[in-house]
Amino acid sequence: MAESTRMPMDSDVDLDIPEHRRELSRQPAALIVAVAIGGALGALARYGLEEAWTSPPGQFPWAVFVINVSGCFLMGILMVFITEIRQVKPLVRPFLGVGVLGGYTTFSTYSGDVHQLVADGHARTALVYLAATALTALAAVYAGIVVTRLAGRQARS
Amino acid sequence: MTILLVMIGGAVGAPLRYLTDRFVQNRQHSKFPWGTFTANMAGSFILGFLIQGAVLGHVSGNVSSLLGTGLCGALTTYSTFGYETVRLFQDKFHAYAVLNVVGSIAAGLGAAFCGITIADAIWM
Repeated sequence: MAESTRMPMDSDVDLDIPEHRRELSRQPAALIVAVAIGGALGALARYGLEEAWTSPPGQFPWAVFVINVSGCFLMGILMVFITEIRQVKPLVRPFLGVGVLGGYTTFSTYSGDVHQLVADGHARTALVYLAATALTALAAVYAGIVVTRLAGRQARS
Repeated sequence: MTILLVMIGGAVGAPLRYLTDRFVQNRQHSKFPWGTFTANMAGSFILGFLIQGAVLGHVSGNVSSLLGTGLCGALTTYSTFGYETVRLFQDKFHAYAVLNVVGSIAAGLGAAFCGITIADAIWM
């Protein structure tokens, strides 16, 4: 049964999926609190990694790169797991996907860092960082999806 | 103290992204993920403003932690952006997928630049 369910187009909320559409009106407080707690934890993890692994100005921002790529990999795993492998409680996606992974990964720091590198005269590093993040992050989402499907198939056989 | 500010910012930013996504997606029906795009652009703009404000000495470290690292960091997302792009590819909306990557990156840089310029205009 779970195999036939469609993966959402948007991991945060896909309004074409009835459960997603209804989730806010069904339990607004619990939903927002779950996303908020997840967001706080994700932001904390990102902050911790950034503090532990600082890059000198003009250098490739490794911490944010690793944060965004690992968050994308985990998102691929999560979305396959909750749509195709296991039926989970309604707040799992809002907490882990919207909150933790959304709070952990960041687009604004990415934009800001690319701009900063260019402004400081490191256009080549900026371009490499810009492209490497996008390509690796997409590959990571895809890898997360594929690996989790394989693991699910293995577990069933 | 900084840790607490980052967490409070994250606790506000993530629900704000969720609500922004719902709000936008309720009003548009194309396959392009405008909801996440909107959140990412808003966060890139505000962060650009805050970074430049900090450079010019008008935004404190605490405000940067709360609104920059915390709020903008959680309001924006790479994981949902990446996931949506891969889903568009899988469902054969190749043009939208490419447009989402190129458009988000270009507009994100533009948004950050606008934020920086406005901070310059106010404080320089």
